[in-house]
Amino acid sequence: MTSETCGACALPLHSGPPPSSDPTSSGHLLPPSAGEGALAASLFFEISIDMAVDASTQVTETSGLSAPILTLTGVSKRFPGVRALHNVNLNLRAGEVTALIGENGAGKSTLVKILTGIYQPDEGEIVVSGAPFICTGPRDAWAAGIAAIHQETVMFDELSVAENIFMGHMPLGAGGRIDWAAMRSRTAELLKRLEADFDANTLLKRLSVAQKHLVEIARALSHDARIIIMDEPTSALSAREIGDLFAIIAQLKRRNCAILFISHKFDEIFHVADRWTCLRDGEEVGHGAIADVAQADLVRLMVGRSIEQVYPKRDVKPGPVVLEAEDLANASEFDGVSFQLRAGQIIGLYGLVGAGRSEAMQGLFGLSPLTRGRVKIDGREAHIRSPADAIRAGLAYVPEDRQIQGVVLPFGIRANMTLASLKAHARDGFLSLAKELQTTKKFGGRLAVKAANWEQKLGELSGGNQQKVVIGKWLASGPRILILDEPTKGIDIGSKAAVHEFMGELASEGIAIILVSSELPEIMGLADEIMVMHEGRVVQRFARGQASAEMIVSAAIANEDAEAPCAGESGEALP
Amino acid sequence: MSLSNASPASRYDVADRAPRRLSDYLLRWETILVVLLIAVVIVNALISPFFLDFYNLSDATFNFSEKAILALAMTLLIIVRDIDLSIAAIIALASLAMGFAAEAGAPTFALIGIGLGVGALCGAFNGALVTGFGLPSIVVTIGTMSLFRGIAQVALGDQAITKYPASFQAIGQGYITDKAPIPISFVLFLGLAAVFGIVLHRTIIGRKLFAMGANPVAALFSGIAVNRIRFWLFVLMGLMAGLAAVLLTGRIGSTRPNIALGFELEVVTMVVLGGVSIAGGAGTILGVTLAVFVLGLTTFGLSLVNVPGIVISILNGVLLIASISAPAVAQRFLRGRS
Repeated sequence: MTSETCGACALPLHSGPPPSSDPTSSGHLLPPSAGEGALAASLFFEISIDMAVDASTQVTETSGLSAPILTLTGVSKRFPGVRALHNVNLNLRAGEVTALIGENGAGKSTLVKILTGIYQPDEGEIVVSGAPFICTGPRDAWAAGIAAIHQETVMFDELSVAENIFMGHMPLGAGGRIDWAAMRSRTAELLKRLEADFDANTLLKRLSVAQKHLVEIARALSHDARIIIMDEPTSALSAREIGDLFAIIAQLKRRNCAILFISHKFDEIFHVADRWTCLRDGEEVGHGAIADVAQADLVRLMVGRSIEQVYPKRDVKPGPVVLEAEDLANASEFDGVSFQLRAGQIIGLYGLVGAGRSEAMQGLFGLSPLTRGRVKIDGREAHIRSPADAIRAGLAYVPEDRQIQGVVLPFGIRANMTLASLKAHARDGFLSLAKELQTTKKFGGRLAVKAANWEQKLGELSGGNQQKVVIGKWLASGPRILILDEPTKGIDIGSKAAVHEFMGELASEGIAIILVSSELPEIMGLADEIMVMHEGRVVQRFARGQASAEMIVSAAIANEDAEAPCAGESGEALP
Repeated sequence: MSLSNASPASRYDVADRAPRRLSDYLLRWETILVVLLIAVVIVNALISPFFLDFYNLSDATFNFSEKAILALAMTLLIIVRDIDLSIAAIIALASLAMGFAAEAGAPTFALIGIGLGVGALCGAFNGALVTGFGLPSIVVTIGTMSLFRGIAQVALGDQAITKYPASFQAIGQGYITDKAPIPISFVLFLGLAAVFGIVLHRTIIGRKLFAMGANPVAALFSGIAVNRIRFWLFVLMGLMAGLAAVLLTGRIGSTRPNIALGFELEVVTMVVLGGVSIAGGAGTILGVTLAVFVLGLTTFGLSLVNVPGIVISILNGVLLIASISAPAVAQRFLRGRS
């Protein structure tokens, strides 16, 4: 699908209150098309007058584009030992979606934090709607009409939708009491505008992730936000929910909002964005219109490498069976999971969120008790009741939730790397710094961990580098069976490629791998065998190359859902 | 296949360690405690001519060595995000058991065994409740604090047991040698501090404790037997309370229902003033040891000039609040400056 042209989007189609002031919102002078009626005509008239005021600057400068409502010029930000941003320029225009792309650690998060007032830039200038923007906290950002919607929504589960939307700026009545009626009616109005299917009194915890995003967007609109930052908004959404989000984005464009869209998924970027800006190592390395650029170019800009190399295929002759799982089950989350895994083989485990994949792997790893089933390693039955048992049996598990289950953020790289293999780094119980450093350098180097020093705290590293450290930790434990649970979730394409390449390398060294992933291209590109789980059971198995994306997805949703083609589409859009 | 050539085995230069800066050393909590300790010594020496006297200082350690030993084990518990508020009640119960045994004519070594054993059992009870049922340790040990103390009070009534053999009392009252009159309890503390310090900062166990405190879930996922270790830490805490009961009962030569009342808060004060994060995951034995000296010598110096105990307690409270708010205040100050 191509991006929408600017022609239609400058005119709000909804009858809600118009944005408070938008002298710079539109630069084009086309008359409204027939059928958009008197409202559109009157708006056109207003805009024309606004245009006339400062036409001298706009018309010459923009040639068909609206003027930017947010401009960053030469913004730099330094942290001790790290140059997070260097001389970055960025323009956001009303009614347009600008995609911000770059590897993890390229400076995207820092940029977002500067725009939302969490960090102050060391150098450079930010101009919002023509006025210099000096932001010392989230409230300044709100006041300037900037709202951010985050990867993980930060809201109050036990409160209602209305309270979440108006938290911090609730309408007050006599004597400073909260005006609940006004709050509810304004919420209802916002929800109606967004075509939400829940009401103002619903408790937030009853909503899906996608619906929570909607609440965040409603919260942004309640502040009359004109600049909306979406930081990986789709990472927790299903294909259908992503479709809904895109519809909302289109609506926001029509409302003349400028959107900064941050995503690692190129199909989404090409679907939704009008313009792009690319960061690499804290510097802006390019920008332009999405229509004029190919995906391969963007990837090359981001990492200096072309996309064909992203899924390196290695032909490894599978060795003997190392792991046999028979009829694994736990109390409620999975049942009857059986498979055989050979040395050097990669099994891909696909399924929708909630299919029981992670739970089955955690049961295998001794993190939760199995109620049934047997695990054999090298043909001998293994009794795994704790992760320590699993590690001794030669298993390693790179968990899905990196921040909570994977890394110890206050620890340095070295202490994280050796955490799963402390015995090997000690003599008589005393840790050997030299041995630890040796391991850290070995795996840190192999995985290309980017850091100032090996004692740097994990909290200071980017997500991709954190993930590399977690993988390094598990390789240091010398596993023969490696379970990777969503190993590339939320990490940049460069780190992703490093992880993929490394998996191939490990397989060729004879390590057996289970890859749990929700990314079809990853599963299809890397796995020798694909197992699909649905509602706790393995419902389909495919050999490599046997299945199309549609076949895998329809197995995962067990053909119950009529939206199957839609879900398949999101997987297929990648090469 | 070309990718393996581009494989970035040494794509980045990563130093072995962070550059060492003087400011990092100066801003360490232990440095601040050393400065505080020197200040305490100077002020006390100026106020009272009897402060800088070897025999006085040596005897002063009697007053804090038992609590200091408790603080060592408490440090480990707080590092793993747990706490034990029942330690003073454990001392009462262990002292009671030793008292009954002494009345029955048990010899000194048996009394020691009983004291340590009862302490360890109480600790195991706490640990089982906390890890077996997944209950928060602060709630569990507030409960067992009343439980243990209550049992001791019911069993003892308002009497006191004073029939302890002289060799038993010598442990709590005695010195290492007559030539250098250093209390046994103080030497025990120093020895234990060294052992705890080495275990915490140099061994696998210590690393596991810090990992558990910093991120218990990641620790579990990394194969650390989190709950088993927590259980044994409660047992260790109980054992140290048993040891403190032996020293304290011997020193005062009697068991009374109100023995060691309020110790738990003084011990937590020592640990927190020592720079151990109450949120877990950070702290050093050196810091706690320095805090023990700061608090112990402050109390001793003030009592030399006849400051009433209640005023000393106010001062300790101020010290505690100042120490836990210092990092937040410093952070705000530094942020304001930059």
